[in-house]
Amino acid sequence: MGGSELLQFVISGLKNGSIYALVSLGFTIVYASTGVINFAQGEFYMLGGMFSVWAFATFGLPLWLAAIVGILLTAATGILFELLAIRPRKDGDQLSLIIITIGGSLLLSSLARHLFGPDELAIPAFTSGPSVRVFGAAIERQTLWIWGLTITAVVILNWVYNKTKLGRALRACAINRDAARLVGVDTRLIVTVSFALAAALGGLAGLSVAPLTQTAFDAGARVGVKGFAAAILGGLGNPIAAVAGGLMLGLIESMSIAYLSSTYKDAISLLVLLLVLFVRPQGLFSRSRREKV
Amino acid sequence: MSERGASLRVKGLESGYGRVNVLRGIDIEVHSGELVTVIGSNGAGKSTLLKTIVGFVTATAGSVSVDDRDLTRTTPERAVGIGVSLVPEGRMLFGPMSVRENLVLGAYSKSGRGEASLAQDLERVYSLFPVLEERAGQSAETLSGGEQQMLAVARALMSKPRVLLLDEPSLGLAPKVIAEIFHTLDALRAEGLSILLVEQDAKLALKHADRGYVMRTGEIVLSGTADDLLADDDVRLIYLGKWHGKDDVR
Repeated sequence: MGGSELLQFVISGLKNGSIYALVSLGFTIVYASTGVINFAQGEFYMLGGMFSVWAFATFGLPLWLAAIVGILLTAATGILFELLAIRPRKDGDQLSLIIITIGGSLLLSSLARHLFGPDELAIPAFTSGPSVRVFGAAIERQTLWIWGLTITAVVILNWVYNKTKLGRALRACAINRDAARLVGVDTRLIVTVSFALAAALGGLAGLSVAPLTQTAFDAGARVGVKGFAAAILGGLGNPIAAVAGGLMLGLIESMSIAYLSSTYKDAISLLVLLLVLFVRPQGLFSRSRREKV
Repeated sequence: MSERGASLRVKGLESGYGRVNVLRGIDIEVHSGELVTVIGSNGAGKSTLLKTIVGFVTATAGSVSVDDRDLTRTTPERAVGIGVSLVPEGRMLFGPMSVRENLVLGAYSKSGRGEASLAQDLERVYSLFPVLEERAGQSAETLSGGEQQMLAVARALMSKPRVLLLDEPSLGLAPKVIAEIFHTLDALRAEGLSILLVEQDAKLALKHADRGYVMRTGEIVLSGTADDLLADDDVRLIYLGKWHGKDDVR
């Protein structure tokens, strides 16, 4: 395989990896504040694309506005989901909450099918024009958008986590919920906020990839599995690790296509998931699960 | 910290876990600016009492009030806003975060007051516990046990409490560190803060307290001034391990 060909696979891997990273961040954020894996995370990805298509095609909003509307509506869905399905079971054990998220995932995709129909939908690329050529490899303009938006989201999230009162509360909640309550953090609000953030990130991923892959009511499950695998690969509960896990998974997939066959692409992420769970269940980049003093 | 201490009144308080009642009608008062201790052996319900006051455990009967403001069935996040701050058993620090961040989070309920007020409060707790200023950038989990306890007290003080609740602050610490922490409690009391101290080390607690209560299996069995309790035969026998001040019983 030539250098430019390999580069093409790396580019494709980093493109998908960015999407996985955003979805994986969603898993991580909710897990940090609740201790629960939210299996509806993939549906937020799906809804981000669907809401944007809807705002763009049905209401004729300009694309940038449709994208913002898509993110906001997805975040609102995340909030509603938490308020209606998670909060009422606040004293329920984590297993029942996880099962609720699985049910919620099915519900959201069925609702999307009713609202938006069974067909594949797409929005145009954010900017039109030919691909950018780098060392003989082509980068689609939308891929640049995906990278740019992912980096922006991660930078903003990092700033929120480390520099704001909200971020401190989110981290405090992840370290020790009771201690967070002791200093006055409204942990129920924090859980709601984390669902909103996770949904917004998933929505961003879904709408930024929609021009390339199209989207449909059932697009969430597959990406949900990928994002989950990425979160496990990086180590749950650590945002930076979640992003690294996403990018790595994208690259691994892409390399498997390059050197094996595209047939195994989807199986690879499950294989990675199983390997990590067997060999290093705390993830590659995590020191240990929830630390307590 | 410089605020006037509030009075805490606990009346007929009952609570427990599931169907097991741990507190069986507790009456306690802490007047403004008093240091009051609750002593008793392991399992008497002392920790449950503090947890019920701040709302970690829900009261099933009775009432809690602070300066005549009802606090019964509150939540910990509301209690700290009202001015009741707990230094919990086991300290519950934010281990991976720096000492400074722990302190900033301590002021979470007061963060509307702005940066200047925060800086002032930080300076204040650093003057109480200078070692925390030296360790400001270090993560809390790397501190020694004594330093962690100081940080736990300092974090609670950052919320500018009017009533400070402490759960076994001496547990597992060296005598020198204990002396330092209790010296600080004396100073805080002298400034007018109301303090409710739960301790297993009865002698230590009574030495520093104005008044004390003796708790046994969820009930208050004895109360009085610290001096009276220190002189009480039952207290001496059971909690101080002495009989008429002559020999150790053991």
